[in-house]
Amino acid sequence: MIRAGLLLVLALAPGCGRADQTPSEKTLEKDDIRSGYTFLTADTQALQDDDFANPGLLWVDRGQALFQSTAESEASCASCHANGLQGVAARYPALDTASGALLNLEGRINSCRTEHQGLPSLAYESDQLLALTAYVAEQSAGMPADVQTSGAANAAYQQGRDYFLTRRGQFNLSCQQCHTENWGKQLRGDTLSQGHGNGFPAYRLEWQSLGSLQRRLRDCDTGVRAEPLPYGSETYIALELYLAGRSQGLDLESPAVRR
Amino acid sequence: MKMDKSITLNRRSLLLSAGGAIAITSSPILAMADEADLERARRDLFGDLPIREGRVTVKLPPIAENGYSVPLSVTVDSPMSADDYVQRVAIFSPRNPLPNIAQFHFTPRAGKAFVSTRIRMSGTQSIQAVAEMSDGSLWSGSMQTLVTLAACVVL
Amino acid sequence: MASIRLAVPETANQGDVIEIKALIQHEMESGFRRGSRGEAIPRDIITTFECTYNGKQIFSAEFYPAIAANPILTFHTIATENGTLVFTWRDQNGQIWSDEAAIEVT
Repeated sequence: MIRAGLLLVLALAPGCGRADQTPSEKTLEKDDIRSGYTFLTADTQALQDDDFANPGLLWVDRGQALFQSTAESEASCASCHANGLQGVAARYPALDTASGALLNLEGRINSCRTEHQGLPSLAYESDQLLALTAYVAEQSAGMPADVQTSGAANAAYQQGRDYFLTRRGQFNLSCQQCHTENWGKQLRGDTLSQGHGNGFPAYRLEWQSLGSLQRRLRDCDTGVRAEPLPYGSETYIALELYLAGRSQGLDLESPAVRR
Repeated sequence: MKMDKSITLNRRSLLLSAGGAIAITSSPILAMADEADLERARRDLFGDLPIREGRVTVKLPPIAENGYSVPLSVTVDSPMSADDYVQRVAIFSPRNPLPNIAQFHFTPRAGKAFVSTRIRMSGTQSIQAVAEMSDGSLWSGSMQTLVTLAACVVL
Repeated sequence: MASIRLAVPETANQGDVIEIKALIQHEMESGFRRGSRGEAIPRDIITTFECTYNGKQIFSAEFYPAIAANPILTFHTIATENGTLVFTWRDQNGQIWSDEAAIEVT
């Protein structure tokens, strides 16, 4: 096992890919696109599918309560969004028309709080932000990712794409090398997934908690022994957009259960 | 030649000890329980009565997705009638830092001697369940599960 | 306030053996983990669980650190009468969480 893993790393080690040249993008075949769900054991898939026991639903429940609550502000989320937010998460990350900034779901929730509710921003991975993000994302479960990658959003999309294709870390690996070129192969005891973000925020067994896509991206960077970027970094949000576009309309699954 | 041999040996032992060190630091376990701890834990809960294998079925997945959360269920073959029922079931681990995992208490009102939950497992091992019947007799069952580290270990 | 989820059938026939599930949000910090600077993270777990049916205990459990985070339990009881099932979790410091569900038995 370890030998096979080492061979894989050595095979991917610098031979091509000079530091100043971003390698060319390889696209996943549309027919090959598979959610991280398909790489789970049957028990874990059953846990994700379980309408009661999926642990991510604990955050969705709390998010629903927060959404309705006027405890913090008379302008509850529900006071504007009385009809719910079905389909919204599927369109994120998206450009904020007012500021021109690319916002992910967390950013949009925080801008709503500061601009419309008179409330402070919530920190990434705080219980409240996870709950609200989980609640909003769950309402797009089963819907295909539907993000804008062209026009005004194209610059950010390219930024995310470049990050995805660039080697980094002590292992000098790019996201593409594992998740586009070698998905389905073994890395130690795990099978490499295609690296889609469609399940997030997700309950990761490794975290023993629900967590954001940004948290997962930070773990990916740490995994190749690269310095993770700070939460909410513009680069990660651009990467989230690239990932959503790259998934070619893969259905959202939040709250997914992942390893 | 002599020099080469000693260098090779040193490098090997260095690699082995480095490998061992990595294995230890990558594991969150500070102290491992051994068989003696398991027996003591069993004796603390059930005394010295003999434990017979049987009637208790432990169900775990053959490979755990992640050692932090492994689905476990225990079923005990019992009529669960007023005079013949399972009083309690205790779950033990031979490899976790602590041998006790949980204890469950039943009454004839249960209707079924079944419980399921999710447990943490610090490595590949056989999880054991001991059931005490209403007549005081003890029965046990166990099942092994493989637990592996994630590919991209974030230490 | 920890999220709690309960699965109890709303109605049942008398004598039915019904399945009950109880899930609570809790980190169940084992006390064996180390932080990023090597510091020991102290244990903080739920230690007991109890379910009563119209005041009578029908099931209870003791948890040790090896119970996974966000602990879930599935167990059974015989539907005997109309009433309320009360679920109570207690942690090592004596903090209590509780929720209840009604059942109609015909």
